[in-house]
Amino acid sequence: MINKVRHDVEGFEFERRKNRKEPPPVKKRKRAKSFLNSKQVVPYVFVSPFIISFLILTLYPTIQAFVMSFQRILPGQVTFIGFQNYERIFNPAFFKALANTTIYTVATVAILVLVPMILATLLDSKLVRFKTIFRSALFIPSLTSVVVAGIIFRLFFAESGGSIANQIVGVFGIDPISWQYTGWSGMLLMVLIASWRWMGVNVLYFLAGLQNISKELYESADIDGANVFQKFRYITLPSLKPIIIFVTTISIIGGFRVFEESYVLWQGNSPGNIGLTLVGYLYEQGIQQNDMGFGAAIGVIVLLIIFIVSILYLLITGGFKRGDE
Amino acid sequence: MKKKSNKVATWLLTIIIGIIALIALFPLISLIISSFRPSTELMRDGITFSINWSELSLDNYLYIFTQAGEYWKWYGNSLIISGLIIIFSLFFSSMVGYALASYDFKGRNLIFLFVLIIIMIPFEVLLLPLYQLMIDLRLINTYTGIMLPLIVSPTAVFFFRQYAMGLPKELMDAARIDGSTEYGIFFKIMAPLMLPSFAAMAILQGLHSWNNFLWPLLVVRSSDLFTLPIGLATLLTPYGNNYDILIAGAVMTVIPIVILFALFQRYFVAGLTTGGVKG
Repeated sequence: MINKVRHDVEGFEFERRKNRKEPPPVKKRKRAKSFLNSKQVVPYVFVSPFIISFLILTLYPTIQAFVMSFQRILPGQVTFIGFQNYERIFNPAFFKALANTTIYTVATVAILVLVPMILATLLDSKLVRFKTIFRSALFIPSLTSVVVAGIIFRLFFAESGGSIANQIVGVFGIDPISWQYTGWSGMLLMVLIASWRWMGVNVLYFLAGLQNISKELYESADIDGANVFQKFRYITLPSLKPIIIFVTTISIIGGFRVFEESYVLWQGNSPGNIGLTLVGYLYEQGIQQNDMGFGAAIGVIVLLIIFIVSILYLLITGGFKRGDE
Repeated sequence: MKKKSNKVATWLLTIIIGIIALIALFPLISLIISSFRPSTELMRDGITFSINWSELSLDNYLYIFTQAGEYWKWYGNSLIISGLIIIFSLFFSSMVGYALASYDFKGRNLIFLFVLIIIMIPFEVLLLPLYQLMIDLRLINTYTGIMLPLIVSPTAVFFFRQYAMGLPKELMDAARIDGSTEYGIFFKIMAPLMLPSFAAMAILQGLHSWNNFLWPLLVVRSSDLFTLPIGLATLLTPYGNNYDILIAGAVMTVIPIVILFALFQRYFVAGLTTGGVKG
């Protein structure tokens, strides 16, 4: 890092020295033009869209998110109220949302790490035919919007005895279930929608990771007489560790951000809050109830939760040790 | 003997994966089949195994093409917004990514660090302040309001930077000797070399905005500005009297994307594995 900075400074000095040698520009307009075209200015012109958008659309809202969380915001009237929003947060609805979000995150992380890893390992095997077709088939669900996925899964899990889900449980002699209006099955639907949509993308991450494993490792394991499971346990799994950490981290972050899967099932009004998530609570309070200060405080809490959980996870797994991952 | 057991394993594995792939595609296949069923039946039973094949008809599609003017309005909005976002975000993000990769300048590492930080920040946390900002700027219920947060995509900046890092810097020096301006070097020489990354990012940004839900849900108020996901979501009511538009409409939002995917698979894969965290 320090070397890098020094290198930058030297480069800069070099540029200045070089520029001194240039003959003085003849006309004013020409000077302005060469100024805009100089290697000191051009990069800043190029990055200016990012800087402007960063300042207005990220930095300002980030600061505002914290500021608003200490305010009561009514149309045309903003009052500073200290920690009152935060004191109100810890209520039954919030804890329901926190519990739902946590269950959802644990379930989606488990499914979206384990299943894609196994699928990718199978797909990577020399024995499997039609790999490209299978890979595409697994990937196609990620092209659908969450709304389309919601429509499909609502119809799959319709209350009527005729829906696919109820036909399947009917085979085992179970009466039709109203999936969308029961606590555990509502959660199941959210997890299914997310798992269906994200499976294929995660398979691709694992496939990319598998391709980096040297084939020689497997060959020498073959010579030693290792079986399929030993090879998976002692070669594949350790080599995939960086990818596993990466996929788990983005799944944790994605899990705590869940909102849309719940919205397409219940439009923000799930019976008994069975589908209420943290971001759903933020939406309900901040937008529907127009209590923006309180909503902002929920947002800050969500940010803290995501931050703490991912840092803890990366510390435990040693994800920080490799700077390049 | 060894050979024979390999053959058995091949077919066994292929069949297992084939079944899993079928399960992954099953929801879409059954959506397409169900879109030909009478909407009243769909409303009563949902998607079912016991399909009355003789009742399949094009009625839902006829209805959507002749009666559902709103739906096509939403389709048009989604097309325009996705198109504009692709143009703007590719233009700006490629410039930024290229500059970060090709020039040594003060603050370069800091800017790159900010790019990485923005990729990490959950959009939902900025939701209310951004919404408030749009109200203050009077951009609620406008195309601009929907598009603004997506115009410079940090993921795309990151992707373009990585791609531009691999381009030969000698080309830039050669062009300078030939008297090309720095801007000319980018637009005439380097950007064309970055074409594959443009394709991947066009797909990522296009798909992301085509499917974008939460932000338009806040910004759009009037139904003539709805995008497809928002419009379809308004038809999702417990009373379900709109299943004709809903199901045929859902099929028609997905099919164009699947066709594009079949044509440009490589770029889809490259684009979507970068955007796993965020569009």
